[in-house]
Amino acid sequence: MPDIRKISVTVNGKRHEAEVESRLLLADFLRNTLDLTGTHVGCEHGVCGACTVMVDDHSARSCLMFAVQANGKSITTIEGLAQADGSLSILQEAFRQKHGLQCGFCTPGMLITLTEHLRDNPDPTEEELREVLTGNLCRCTGYQAIVEAGLDAAAKMRASKAEHA
Amino acid sequence: MGMRFFGASVLRKEDPALLTGKGRYVDDVKLPGMLHAAFVRSTYAHALIKSIDKSAALALPGVVAVLTHADLPEPMRSRRLPLYVPHPAIKQTFMPWPLAKDEACFAGEAIAIVVAESRYIAEDAAALVEVDYEVLPASIDPREAILAGAPLAQHGATSNIVTQVPVKIGDTDKAFANAPHIFREQFAMHRGGPFFLECRGVVADWDATAEQLTVHASSQGSHRFKRTFIDLLDLADNQVRVITNDVGGGFGPKGSFYVEYAALAAATIAVGKPVKWIEDRRENFVATQQERDQYWDMEVAVNEQGKLLGLRGKLVHDGGAYVTWGLVLPWIAATSVIGPYVLPNYQLELIVAMTNKITCSPVRGAGRPQGCFVMERMMDRIAQELGLDRGEVRRRNFIQPDQFPYKVGLIFRDGRPVTYDSGDYPKSQQMALDHMDWENFRTRQEAALKQGRYIGIGLSNAVEGTGLGPYEGATIRISTSGKIVVFTGATPQGQSHKTTLAQIAADHLGVDYNDVSVVTADTATIPFGMGTFASRTAVNAGSSVHLAAIEVREKIKKIASELLEVSPDDLELKDGAVEVRGVPGLRKTFRELAYNAVGLYGFSMKADRDPGLEATSYFKPEQSTYANSCHVAEVEVDIETGHVKVTRVLVNHDCGNVINPMVVEGQIVGGVAHGIGNALFERLLFDETGQPLTTSFADYLLPMATDVPNVETLHTETPSPLNPIGVKGAGEGGTIAVIAAIISAVEDALRPFNVRLTEMPISPERIVELVLDAKHK
Amino acid sequence: MKPAPFTYHDPATTAEAVAVLASHENARPLAGGQSLVPMMNFRYAAPDHLVDLNGIESLRSLEVGARIAIGAMTRQREVEFSTDLAAACPILIEALRHVGHRQTRNRGTIGGSLCHLDPAAETPAIMLLHDATVTTQSAAGSRDLPMGDFALGFMTSALEPDELLTRVSFDAWPQDHGWGFEEYARRHGDFAIASAGVLLTLDARGAVERFAMVIGGLGPTPQRLHDFEAQALGAMPDDDFIKAAANAARSVEAMDDAHVSARYRQHLASVMSARALRRALACAAQRSLQHA
Repeated sequence: MPDIRKISVTVNGKRHEAEVESRLLLADFLRNTLDLTGTHVGCEHGVCGACTVMVDDHSARSCLMFAVQANGKSITTIEGLAQADGSLSILQEAFRQKHGLQCGFCTPGMLITLTEHLRDNPDPTEEELREVLTGNLCRCTGYQAIVEAGLDAAAKMRASKAEHA
Repeated sequence: MGMRFFGASVLRKEDPALLTGKGRYVDDVKLPGMLHAAFVRSTYAHALIKSIDKSAALALPGVVAVLTHADLPEPMRSRRLPLYVPHPAIKQTFMPWPLAKDEACFAGEAIAIVVAESRYIAEDAAALVEVDYEVLPASIDPREAILAGAPLAQHGATSNIVTQVPVKIGDTDKAFANAPHIFREQFAMHRGGPFFLECRGVVADWDATAEQLTVHASSQGSHRFKRTFIDLLDLADNQVRVITNDVGGGFGPKGSFYVEYAALAAATIAVGKPVKWIEDRRENFVATQQERDQYWDMEVAVNEQGKLLGLRGKLVHDGGAYVTWGLVLPWIAATSVIGPYVLPNYQLELIVAMTNKITCSPVRGAGRPQGCFVMERMMDRIAQELGLDRGEVRRRNFIQPDQFPYKVGLIFRDGRPVTYDSGDYPKSQQMALDHMDWENFRTRQEAALKQGRYIGIGLSNAVEGTGLGPYEGATIRISTSGKIVVFTGATPQGQSHKTTLAQIAADHLGVDYNDVSVVTADTATIPFGMGTFASRTAVNAGSSVHLAAIEVREKIKKIASELLEVSPDDLELKDGAVEVRGVPGLRKTFRELAYNAVGLYGFSMKADRDPGLEATSYFKPEQSTYANSCHVAEVEVDIETGHVKVTRVLVNHDCGNVINPMVVEGQIVGGVAHGIGNALFERLLFDETGQPLTTSFADYLLPMATDVPNVETLHTETPSPLNPIGVKGAGEGGTIAVIAAIISAVEDALRPFNVRLTEMPISPERIVELVLDAKHK
Repeated sequence: MKPAPFTYHDPATTAEAVAVLASHENARPLAGGQSLVPMMNFRYAAPDHLVDLNGIESLRSLEVGARIAIGAMTRQREVEFSTDLAAACPILIEALRHVGHRQTRNRGTIGGSLCHLDPAAETPAIMLLHDATVTTQSAAGSRDLPMGDFALGFMTSALEPDELLTRVSFDAWPQDHGWGFEEYARRHGDFAIASAGVLLTLDARGAVERFAMVIGGLGPTPQRLHDFEAQALGAMPDDDFIKAAANAARSVEAMDDAHVSARYRQHLASVMSARALRRALACAAQRSLQHA
């Protein structure tokens, strides 16, 4: 008999109760159970980074966690990054302006990684961004426009913070 | 009409959805009652399949069906996959059965499909299917496979030589007989696989009542898939619809039709429910086609000034287990050797070997990187031997701007003579060298060497046949709501067609590009299509959109002129309406015109009108259009570890008129990263029995963000005379020449050790080995 | 690439966890999951029972004093960003930055890395360099093992099937110690082909007073250069000394694989050793200036 567990997970601010098989990967739970298909599955061995989501404030591979392990946790996916009014976040907008995505498949992971990094490091160097982005593979862009988007977003976030201070 | 959007770096229409998680990739498709598939794959590179026991798998709760070749519906069971690019020179046409019939010819070949309630259960069951194999000897190295007595890679083959074709310009023997200098090099070139981030996938849905098959596929050409389903199942045109929505990268191999897709169709027919299969990354490493190996043994003859007299030799291409792409890949490589140079005599013996490895497919660049590598490495060799600057040797050999159209003397993969349409190669190289301060690099290099740093610079030129035919169509229709839609068979995988094609249409229709929707790769919306590969969409689909938009525009003017009782010449299109020039109030909206164009129920239509505000165009290029590029790369080599850091890359690219500079820039920069992978990182390994050894992203190294520099770009624009919008392809130009440029730069950095590099990729271990050997000499 | 079925256990205490391990066949503890879950997804590992340690709060701890003690379930990121550790044991922080990527260090644990024992992993090498003590627990009680005894062989620890690693501890080196860590990996975050770590102190005349050196990636487990360490004491750290260290590193027995040869690994070990040693010496010289 499959080992079924009851879990309660908050995703993008919304609480979900579900019964899941223990072996169900968090990525599959988000995509198939909750229909949040913005998180992508690219390798299922923790290298490509397309499935990266935020788990209680820190980025993590959702292909390397079981849904049962998310019980009681708060998760943010790409669907939860836009601003409250639905408009693109500063980072998302920077990706658009700088052509930081082509096929878009690595984008959810890129956005989560950079969202975390810019939160903790508001004034990053290009080198720092390139280093943190080693956790996310992209085959289309050559990373250049992603790095530019990260730097651009950081500058805009700092400006916006200064304005509101 | 002013060009408002053509040529502008407008933002992409694709982005808002993709940035908010609202893309629709094949794995996002969820149909009622949908089941999930997994495959049983050959564990051997070459084996006979004696028997298959599926009883344990079928007994597992949640398993719905297990199909082997014997369970396939007719006529699929009796048919191998069709070959799309046949060529009279192909002597042995081995194509795969939809599931391996009685012989598996590479490790990873699909033998059975398991259908279950979830992918998890399908994988559990696949592990329970027992296949009884008789292991056969395998041919792995293409150089050995073509020798007499090598194990045959396929039952029924007469040898492992699929084809042996001579390529010839002029009288090479004569040229060599009188040549003052002849240099020989043996090149070993490996290109990896596509390694798009989104693996392949298909959702197949058979409606037994309507007898219709609907397939959602991650592809580079949904019409080709449709055609194959029709061929395998003897269906009529109305019975198959293939839809490709968002695609997470393609790079060539997603253009192939794979046996898994046929098996999915068989599965949905068998179980009467939609079935989804999403390739996982392990499968991707063993079952998605790769480009892999070419071995070239070449001699070049030059005169005292370093001008090319002739080139001759032999190319052995690893075709893998099946000939899916026929001669395409090595043929492109063979014709790309010439590049931007005058080569009066050329002779190549081209041999395609069959091996027990996954079938070869073109990958971004498609043989051009290898052809370019051969010629550019030879250029460097000539420079070295004759004591000339590497730029100067190339300068002496360039085809000059006044020589266009330039006939190379070969037939290209498009079936037409290789005829370069336009370009300015000397200028392109000079701009690039100036930008990189090539002249003074030696000074910088010597200064670095004094600090113990080994830096090097390299350059490489390429000419790339792009925009291959036969056509890619576009239908433009304005609905009675006034909304404008472009339908095309082009199948983007990140190339921004939904933006660039809208830009072209918008200019002619006088609307914002955001007001033009572009629907790609749905076979229900346009009858014919080829798909997006070979840097062909801007040329083919772009031109078709251009022509169709003009036709729609003229139709709009014609109807409006009748309704407004003015001459069509007095009308202009503006903001979704047509207006009498200088009389702002006198206008008809697209909505009104589209309504009128449809006709009135029961009333006769004017004889000179076709219904609807729509037009369809299939632009058919008479031949390929030839883009070109000059790449210059700088590297720093750590001679102790062998590590190569690419510090600068410049690309001077000419793809004719540019529709959207931001998009072209993105294609070039991304292409360079792919080339860096090919030059330094990516290698697929197999053991001597044909077992793949690189089956994860931990073993197969894709370039990361820290492995690629910021790429600098320059653009020369020599518009193509071969299509109405003057464009050439841009998707592969970043990749093709960068590999040779990097290897040239590494060799240059290692000048103190006098090493010669004739292989790609080059690994740190190999560099250390070469340096240590040189030190011991 | 979906894992085979298993029964999930989420004990709240170490005692509960070891009880589950003791009472079930083919049970495996799950720490950060950054190595085990990929293996499960590939079905290289298929435990029937998975004992998730993430809920055991007592295994998450970080004590930094004269002795440094790290609970097994302390995340790599917690160690990486510990300012106390950055002062007391900077080489550990430096080494950790080479471990995977931000996203994997957010989940990956110190104990998980020690138990997984990849031959090229940084954490086991650094623990071996410090002569760390590994503390384990089973239903039968707890035991302490030196790191050298814990690392039995290729990806094999001395843990019994019903035993958990609970913490690792080691003495901090004196404030003025010099340290150097160098590794060569093809790409950032990849497992190193070879790595070298050096700790040393110099006496008043600049001779080597205390010395430890570890090589990772060559053999099935990280290796200390005990013979060379013994010779090093009292030596003046000149170029010959560095050359001797590099030669000692080169002589460590090394493995071949499909990607790299043993010879190249040994070559890299010598290069990394020399570089790490130079850094350690520069660091010690600078620190003694600061302390003077």
